[in-house]
Amino acid sequence: MKIGIALALTVVLASCEGRQSVLSPAGRDAEVLANLFWWMLGGAVVLWLFVNGLMLYFSRIRRKRHSLRVAQWFIFMCGVVLPTTVLAGLLIFALREMPQQREPGEGLTLRVTGESWWWRVEYWPDGADEPVTTANEIRLPAGSRSEIELAANGVIHSFWIPALGGKTDMIPGRVNRMSLEPTAPGTYRGQCAEFCGLSHAHMALEAVVMAPEEFERWLGAEARDARAPEGAEAKRGKQLFLSQGCGGCHTVRGTPATARVGPDLTHLGGRKSLAAGMLPMDRQSLVGWLSAPESIKPGVNMPGYDHLPPADLQALAAYLEGLT
Amino acid sequence: MTDSSLHDPPRSAAELDERQPQGQWPPSEEMLAEPVPSDIQEASKERLRAAWKTPTGIRYLSAVNNSVIGKWYSLTAFGFMLAAGVLALLMRVQLAVPENDFLSSDRFNQFFTMHGSAMMFLFAVPMFEAISILLLPAMLGSRDMPFPRLSAYGYWCFLIGGVFVLGSVLFDAAPSSGWFMYPPLATEDEGVGSDIWLLGLSFIEIASIAAAVELIVGVIKCRPPGMRINLMPLYGWYVLVVGGMILFAFPPLIAGDLLFELERSLNWPFFDPERGGDPLLWQHLFWIFGHPEVYIIFLPSIAIASMVVPTAAGRPIVGYSWIVLSAVGTGFISFGLWVHHMFTTGLPAISLGFFSAASEAVVIPTGVQIFAFIATLMVGRVTVILPTLWIAGAVAIFTAGGLTGVMVALAPFDWQVHDTYFIVAHLHYTLFGGMVFPIIGGIYYFYPFITKKKMSERLGRWSFWVTFIGFNVCFLPMHLTGLLGMPRRVWTYPGDLGWDWLNMISTVGSFVIAAGILIFAWDLLRPKGRQTLTERNPWNAGTLEWSHDVPTEAWGARSVPFVTSRYPLWDQPEIVERMDAGRFYLGDAPEGRRETLITSAVDAIPQLVVRVTGPAWCTLVAAAFTGGAFILPTFGIYGPAIVCGVLAIATVIWWLWTATAIIPDKVMKDVGLGLTLPTYVSGPKAPGWWAIFITMLGDATAFAGLIFGVFFFWTARPDFPPDGAAHASAALTTTAGVLLAGTWLSTWFARGLHRAGHVTIARALLIAAPIMASGGAASLIGAVWFPGLQPATHAYPAMMCALVVWSVAHILCGAIMQGYCLARSLAGRMLPEFDADLWNTTLYWHFQGVSGIVTSLMIGLVPRVM
Repeated sequence: MKIGIALALTVVLASCEGRQSVLSPAGRDAEVLANLFWWMLGGAVVLWLFVNGLMLYFSRIRRKRHSLRVAQWFIFMCGVVLPTTVLAGLLIFALREMPQQREPGEGLTLRVTGESWWWRVEYWPDGADEPVTTANEIRLPAGSRSEIELAANGVIHSFWIPALGGKTDMIPGRVNRMSLEPTAPGTYRGQCAEFCGLSHAHMALEAVVMAPEEFERWLGAEARDARAPEGAEAKRGKQLFLSQGCGGCHTVRGTPATARVGPDLTHLGGRKSLAAGMLPMDRQSLVGWLSAPESIKPGVNMPGYDHLPPADLQALAAYLEGLT
Repeated sequence: MTDSSLHDPPRSAAELDERQPQGQWPPSEEMLAEPVPSDIQEASKERLRAAWKTPTGIRYLSAVNNSVIGKWYSLTAFGFMLAAGVLALLMRVQLAVPENDFLSSDRFNQFFTMHGSAMMFLFAVPMFEAISILLLPAMLGSRDMPFPRLSAYGYWCFLIGGVFVLGSVLFDAAPSSGWFMYPPLATEDEGVGSDIWLLGLSFIEIASIAAAVELIVGVIKCRPPGMRINLMPLYGWYVLVVGGMILFAFPPLIAGDLLFELERSLNWPFFDPERGGDPLLWQHLFWIFGHPEVYIIFLPSIAIASMVVPTAAGRPIVGYSWIVLSAVGTGFISFGLWVHHMFTTGLPAISLGFFSAASEAVVIPTGVQIFAFIATLMVGRVTVILPTLWIAGAVAIFTAGGLTGVMVALAPFDWQVHDTYFIVAHLHYTLFGGMVFPIIGGIYYFYPFITKKKMSERLGRWSFWVTFIGFNVCFLPMHLTGLLGMPRRVWTYPGDLGWDWLNMISTVGSFVIAAGILIFAWDLLRPKGRQTLTERNPWNAGTLEWSHDVPTEAWGARSVPFVTSRYPLWDQPEIVERMDAGRFYLGDAPEGRRETLITSAVDAIPQLVVRVTGPAWCTLVAAAFTGGAFILPTFGIYGPAIVCGVLAIATVIWWLWTATAIIPDKVMKDVGLGLTLPTYVSGPKAPGWWAIFITMLGDATAFAGLIFGVFFFWTARPDFPPDGAAHASAALTTTAGVLLAGTWLSTWFARGLHRAGHVTIARALLIAAPIMASGGAASLIGAVWFPGLQPATHAYPAMMCALVVWSVAHILCGAIMQGYCLARSLAGRMLPEFDADLWNTTLYWHFQGVSGIVTSLMIGLVPRVM
């Protein structure tokens, strides 16, 4: 019996690990809230046993009548005094914690815009005039608090990376703000938390927390124009990219493609995933996505290119994969 | 004897004003102890039976009696619950394994939208109203609800609307933006789904409000003589609190629905940020409704528990006044919590702090109610009966949901778990524990009252344990699923995040719940023809409903008792015998009519005996036409919809004309025990006046919702009103204000002069009043029309025009009422001494006069000052 419980507990605790888990925090805010949860869980279990134990005791076990006076004191103590004390303590803790989790950032500002169904991401380092634009992946320096501005295009979304902190909605016509203070480098997963239509389930993002100097290096590279294609296939892919009208929606900096309807693809190959966290970043996924995006993301705005010969799709994928 | 002391009709209004209850009050013990001869008993039973006979054959559908309507209503709501449950099972199949394609994304979205909407609007709220319609008159020893035809109309609206909304799932046309319908997703939704939600559910909301009005009037005015408000069964208090909450919670949603539908059908941009709108306005209006809704669902269950627990403990409830205060407190606080559904929308910290504290505060009254039940068990000697098992299960589940509620009420913690499966678990714990289990417990408890048969003890235990275990298997793991990061409302999920096995467990659990509910449904519906009738009061309860005996008698209480205790069946030993003998009030129906007693609001002193309406088709016809008026516009069929609307109004007028405020043959009537009561009263003593008053409070709340919208935009948007915007014409809004004040005063004076006998002047005023009202309506339209306010261009002109739409519709309704009074007067159906119609119309205009003038100021003056 005891072994069984121990085993079950191990399984449950082991399952708290995860790239998208509130219970395996990698940021200051998430850590405070995870600890808060464990405390509250303990308290809740005690109170639950107390209330239901009393119920059982008085209805099944102790059949002797108590006096009315005792009962009235009981209502007052358990119904008024006990909750008032417990709740006041909890509230004081939570209300003091709230502003700390919304402290302004210490330098870097990210502007993330919710689109259907992907994330437009702009980095504004302290004092920058123009942003470094990317999509579907955010990178943050560990050990400092970054400011995050949230906007939306079309419908409401919600920005949430459980391992780093709580969520904030992205609302059309408004700019919301929040901040995150990651502590442990690593790759975490975030997901849209406000129902946003057909592909709400398919709107995830990767959050990469990096050591500060590594982050600076990465941001410097990300700010540069796209790398030129290498090899015949990739070069042909670039021509196809331009001739098939991909530039009507996408930007690849350093090429004639400058539209901002869809995600910026300048460093697509350098990202960890494709299609907002849906597919691994590799040749096969790229071909699959290009030929039938609708089958991966219902309702997506991007048209499918399955009318192109397989060789062309391979060439396009080679070009995109090379955009590191 | 009952026929002996009728008075001649009085000749003047002055004499009428002095018409008061006469005779003995309160009854003396000697009068109560005097036996009724058995031949008189039999003869009066015969007459009562004839008056209250439920129609048979196809005419059964025209029945209006509360016992029939209540049964239909609750069975229909139960049916909708089963349908919504099937949708949940299909969703659980889809989520059983990752990357599943059992349902498409669109289908899944339709299913979760309908599951939530149906459980909320077609099950939880109507179920409370249905059960209350069924039980309340019996608990109050009353014959029927005060307005039986209104119950019937409400039921038919509910049935038509519910079938329409839920049926859309079968045609792949259901709404798919979630039960909360957030714009812009829902406003930009292509197809008719959102319109079905808006129009279909608005229709049902109106039926819900109608039932709430009736229940409130029932509690305030239909208590038995002597049942002062502090002697009322707790159930009655909960009906009062919940009815009041429905009255103030639903109207903001109706105002929101109006704006929403105007945006969808006419492109008025209330929620479109590109044109000065704001999606958050909807969220506020929705949750001002949506949070009280949670308590509207939960409190009735406490009400049921408050009837079951004293019976199980074999003694009166401990802390009656604590419970009443807590119920009222919960009702009030629940209106101050709505923002906790919006903690992640980026509102300022000060609002979050306030609403966080309020959300925690509501725990206290809730806790007091639960601890009062435990205290009752402490003090009493507990007999374990099957219903208590369900109530205990409810407490176990609900306290768990309440404790997670304490967690999510803390704004920072909510930032993590909001919109995850943690919330799905939390809300199902509160709703199963706070609604489903107590209701089923209540059905086991009250079943013998309704049918005089008992449900099976064995099946009841089986269904309890299967449902209870299934519930925890399904929903307990969801807390962890949510903490591991799984958002709500996703139709599928990847397999590598640790969510797969948790979801599989939940799916298995959901089918176990279904099995438990099916056992219950079988036990409820299986034929019990051969089973012998149960004894009269099988649980040995103390409240009046258990005085009912033979189920085929539709008269409710055989005679309306004189009550001096909270638990009359325990404390007034002869009460049942005397009720049976017809010793108390209204033990006979000498004119062969349905009647019930009206008593004063606080002390329950008898004031009036009113005639209650009997079976009629007009309710069904009116509901069908009302349905047409709401349902046809969904498909863009506007012409026939308008025809339906006009026919619905005509039917309602016919219904009122033929059945309400009828001038009685005899002005005073002997009701028994030496008491003589008037048979016709107008003004604040009349139940109809109260119904109008309560309805108008709800209506004024909806209007306040629109005004809230104006001020919301003003504070939230810098471009409201936009620079250089065209404003409504000052001259015409002033004219409108003056004309509306004029029509209001004319109606008011008409009432006074009419009562004083100046019928001709009153009629002249009643001719002038609708003309002024129409002029006022036309001026309001002109005020926005001539300066060229284009509602499709910006939220500012849209909001102004929405106020005009609201007001014009109300003014026209008021004009019809004025015309109705004039027609009644001309037809000799309204006389100076019998003027209830005019009192009610005047009351309507007290509200409408004020809101019309406020509208004029809001569109003509306020924007110029902003």
